[in-house]
Amino acid sequence: MEHSPLSPDADTREHLVVIGNGMAGCRAVEELLARDASRYRVTIFGAEPRVNYNRIMLSPVLAGDKSFDDIVINDADWYAANGIALVAGDPVVAIDRATKTVTTRGGVTEAYDRLLIATGSDPFIIPVPGKDLPGVISFRDMDDVDTMLAAAEKGGSAVVIGGGLLGLEAAHGLSLRGMSVTVLHLMPTLMERQLDEAAGWLLKQALEARGQTILTGADTEAIVGDGGVEGVRLKDGTLIPADLVVMAVGIRPSVALARDAGLAVGRGIQVDDHMVTSDPNILAVGECVEHDGQVYGLVAPLWDMCRSLADGLVEKPNGYRGSVTSTKLKVSGIDVFSAGDFSGGDDCEDIVLRDAARGIYKRVVLKDDRIVGAVLYGDTADGSWYFDLLKKQEDVAGLRDVLIFGQAFASGGGQADPKAAVAALSDDAEICGCNGVTKGQVVSCIAKGAHSLDAVRGTCKASASCGSCTGLVENLLALTLGDDVQSGPKTLCKCTSFGHDDVRREIVAQNMRSIPEVMQKLHWSTPDGCSSCRPALNYYLLCALPGEYVDDQQSRFVNERLHANIQKDGTYSVVPRMWGGLTNPTELRAIADVVEKYDAPMVKVTGGQRLDIFGIKKEDLPAVWADLGAAGMVSGHAYGKALRTVKTCVGSEWCRFGTQDSTGLGVKIERMSWGSWMPHKFKIAVSGCPRNCAEATIKDFGVVCVDSGYELHVGGNGGIHVRATDLLCKVATEQEALDYCAAFIQLYREEARYLERTAPWIERVGLDYVKARLLDDPVGREALRARFLYSQSFSQDDPWAQRAEGAAAEHHAPMARFTPQKEPA
Amino acid sequence: MNAPEWLDIGWVDQIPVRGSRTVQVADGDDIAVFRTAEGKVFALLDRCPHKHGRLSQGIVHGGAVACPLHNWRISLTTGEALGDDKGCTPTVPVKIDGGRVLICRASVLKAAA
Repeated sequence: MEHSPLSPDADTREHLVVIGNGMAGCRAVEELLARDASRYRVTIFGAEPRVNYNRIMLSPVLAGDKSFDDIVINDADWYAANGIALVAGDPVVAIDRATKTVTTRGGVTEAYDRLLIATGSDPFIIPVPGKDLPGVISFRDMDDVDTMLAAAEKGGSAVVIGGGLLGLEAAHGLSLRGMSVTVLHLMPTLMERQLDEAAGWLLKQALEARGQTILTGADTEAIVGDGGVEGVRLKDGTLIPADLVVMAVGIRPSVALARDAGLAVGRGIQVDDHMVTSDPNILAVGECVEHDGQVYGLVAPLWDMCRSLADGLVEKPNGYRGSVTSTKLKVSGIDVFSAGDFSGGDDCEDIVLRDAARGIYKRVVLKDDRIVGAVLYGDTADGSWYFDLLKKQEDVAGLRDVLIFGQAFASGGGQADPKAAVAALSDDAEICGCNGVTKGQVVSCIAKGAHSLDAVRGTCKASASCGSCTGLVENLLALTLGDDVQSGPKTLCKCTSFGHDDVRREIVAQNMRSIPEVMQKLHWSTPDGCSSCRPALNYYLLCALPGEYVDDQQSRFVNERLHANIQKDGTYSVVPRMWGGLTNPTELRAIADVVEKYDAPMVKVTGGQRLDIFGIKKEDLPAVWADLGAAGMVSGHAYGKALRTVKTCVGSEWCRFGTQDSTGLGVKIERMSWGSWMPHKFKIAVSGCPRNCAEATIKDFGVVCVDSGYELHVGGNGGIHVRATDLLCKVATEQEALDYCAAFIQLYREEARYLERTAPWIERVGLDYVKARLLDDPVGREALRARFLYSQSFSQDDPWAQRAEGAAAEHHAPMARFTPQKEPA
Repeated sequence: MNAPEWLDIGWVDQIPVRGSRTVQVADGDDIAVFRTAEGKVFALLDRCPHKHGRLSQGIVHGGAVACPLHNWRISLTTGEALGDDKGCTPTVPVKIDGGRVLICRASVLKAAA
C-alpha cells in the first residue's frame, strides 16, 4: 500500500481517523484531547472545503445576524496546534475493514487503528417530479446558505417545503433578505413534533404577521419548471410561483458508508454505550448513529455522546444513557421552547397558562407528579428550569399550584429575580444549548479567572453562539463574583445587550455606516437610543470611518455641540488653544477685548496652561469666536472627549536644568494631535528634565526629556483616582517621540471604550499588551500612526471658525422672542 | 383681554429632529421646544427640576430629554423626572397648524411668572 503523506513515519502512536469534520466529529476530538492530548495521532476527513463550524448557526448567518467567521468553532490554528491533519473537501468514499483503511474520492488511502464515523445526516428529499431542477436545494451546509443568499440578491419568491424548525428558520432568513416566502407544511400545525396545536397556531399567526404565507395541510405534487424552478404544484392543483425551493422536510442518518462496509445499521449506525459499532475498531457518533433504538437530530445529545465516546477511548467507563431533548426556535423576536413528551394521554395531566393579550402560552405536562413535557410560547425564560426538573424526574407535587408561574414564583419570591432563578439551578443544568455547557462548567470557568462575558465565551464557549443564554451567563458572573458590576460584563447601555467591544467589532465587521443602522442590526430595544449610547455610537462610527461618517450633532453632548463648556447657570466658558502653553501680545489683547466686549465676569488661568473666559451667553458664542479667530486662535477643545492641552515647561531654551527643547516638542505634538476626537478627554505634557515641572507623569501621554533622549510615559491621571504613568519606552529622537505618540493615541482611539480614560483602559488590557502593539510590532505601530494622521487630515478644521461664519446658527439663536404685555389687573 | 390664546413661534422645520430650540421670554425663563425622532413637538420650561439645567441643551431620545448638567431624564409629555429621580418641570401645550408651531400663551405667562 502506498504510504500517504499524512502518516509521518516517526509517529508511532495509535492513529485515530475521523470521517466527518462537523460538530460531532470535532467535538469528539475535543473531548478526547481534553482527557489525553497525546494518546492518539488524529486525522480528520471533511466533505466540505472548510474548517469546523457551528451548523446550527447557519440560520443566523442566513438571517444576516452572523457572518461565517462568527460561527467557526475551530479555526485552522486549532488543527495545527493540536497536531491534527485535516483533509477538507475530499470526502471518504469507502472503508476497508480488512486492511483497516479508508479511501477518499480523490484517491487518498489512509490506514487507521481506530476509526470514528461522524457523517451526520443527509437532508431528506421528497421524491416528487422536478426535485432535481436547478434552484431546488436543501438547508444543510454553508453552500446551501450561499445559494440562498445569491437567490435573495435577485429578489423574487421562495417556497420552503417543511414547517419544522429548519424550514421556519430558512423561511425567516429568506424573508428578512427580501424574498416573498411561502411555507408549505404537510401537517395541520407547524412544528408538530415540538409544539402542540395551540403553540403551533400562535407561531403561525406571528409568522404571517411578518409577511410570510403559511400553508398547512399542503401536499406537494411536483416542482415545475423548464430548465430551472418556476413553481410548486400542490395535490389540490394550487400552483405557487417560486424562483427558489428549499426542501426542509427532515433529515436521515447518513449511513451509506457504514452499510457498504458491512457494519450493523438500523435506522442509524448501531452503537453501544461507548459509541462502538459492531466492529470494535470503529466508533460512530452524532446524528448518524442509532443508540438503544433512538436516533437524534438535535445538537444536545451529541455533546453527551461525545463525552461517553471520549471516556471509552481513554478507558474510563462512563457510558451513554440516551438524552432527553429540548428545542428553541432561532427566529428573532419569536420565543418558542419545547422539551420532552407533550402528546398527553390518559395518565397525563396538563397545566396551562394563557395570556392572549401578551401572546403567551405555557403548558407543562405531568405524569405521576413528574414533568414529562413542556411547551412555552412568548415567554421562554423558565425553559431551562422545566427542562432541568424534567431531566431529573423530580417530584413536583409540592410545587404544583405555582409551577406554571415559573421558577421565581415557585421558589417563594413572587418577585422575578433572575439571579435567584439561576442560583437555584443545579450544577448540571444546561446553560448554553448551542455548545452544551452546564452551569457547573460555566461557574468553574469563572472561578478560574474568566471574569467577563467575553472571557467566558472564549474559554467554555457558553453564550458564544446564538447568544440567547447571555443573560444566564451574566447572572452567573454576578453570582460567582458578587455584585461588583465592574467585574462583570457591561452592556453599552440599557438599550442593548451588547457590550462596547461587541458593538465596535460589529460596526467594523458589518461595515455599518450610521447610528440607525447600528441600532437596527444590533436589535436596539429603544427607537433612538439614549444619552449614553448615542454619543458612544457617534464616536465609534467617527473613529471607524474617518472622512466619510457625518457627525450626528444631536448625538453629541451639549459641550461638543456648542464647542464650549456649559456652566451651572446655563452660560458657557470659552478656552482658546494656546499651543504648548505659549502665548503672545496679540492673543492676550484679543482675549482682553473679548472679556470686556461681552462682559465676561471672570477669566481664569487653567491647569492646562491657558485662559478660560467664563460667563459667555449661548447666542454670543459665534461672535466671541469670530473675534478670537481674527487674532489667529482656534478652539481649545476644553469641552470635548478630545485632545485637550499639551502642557510644557520651558526646557533647554531657558531653564538651567533643561535637557531638551520641551516647549518646542510640546508645540509640535499639539499641532499634530489637536482636533482629534477620542473615547474620553486626553491630556499630554512634556517636561524638559526629570524634575518634571510639566507634571508629565499624571497625563495620558507624558514625555520626560533626559540627556540621552525622551522617556515616553502613558496612562497617567490626576483625577479622582490619581494614577502615575507607566513607562512605555525611551526613544532617542524627537521624531520618534512624535511617532510613538501618534501610534499610542490611535491605539487608544480604536480600542478603548467610550468614556474610558487611558488609565483604566491600560489597567484593563495591561501595559504588556500596549507594549506588544507599540514596541514589539514596528509595522503595526507605523500602521497605527498612519491611520491617526489620515484621520487627522479630516479633523483639523477649527469648529469655531465654522460657527463664526454662520454654520449651525440654530444651535445658538433662540427660535422666537416673547415679551408679555402687562395684563390688566 | 384681546391677546391671542396661542403664540406662533415659527416653522416646525426650524427645530432639528431629536433636538430643540428656545423661545426667549422677557424677564422670565426660556421655553424649550423639542422635536422627537417621530416628529412630535413638545414644549417645557427650559429648566431642569434638579439644578435648573437648560433642558434645551440636552440629548433628546424617545419621548425624553437628558439634562446636560447631571443627566436627569425628563419626560417631554409630562415634564416629570423619569427613573429614580423626583421632580417636575412645567409643560407648555403645543399645537401644530399648517406646519407652524403654536404654544399656549397662558402657560408661557404662568411658567415665566
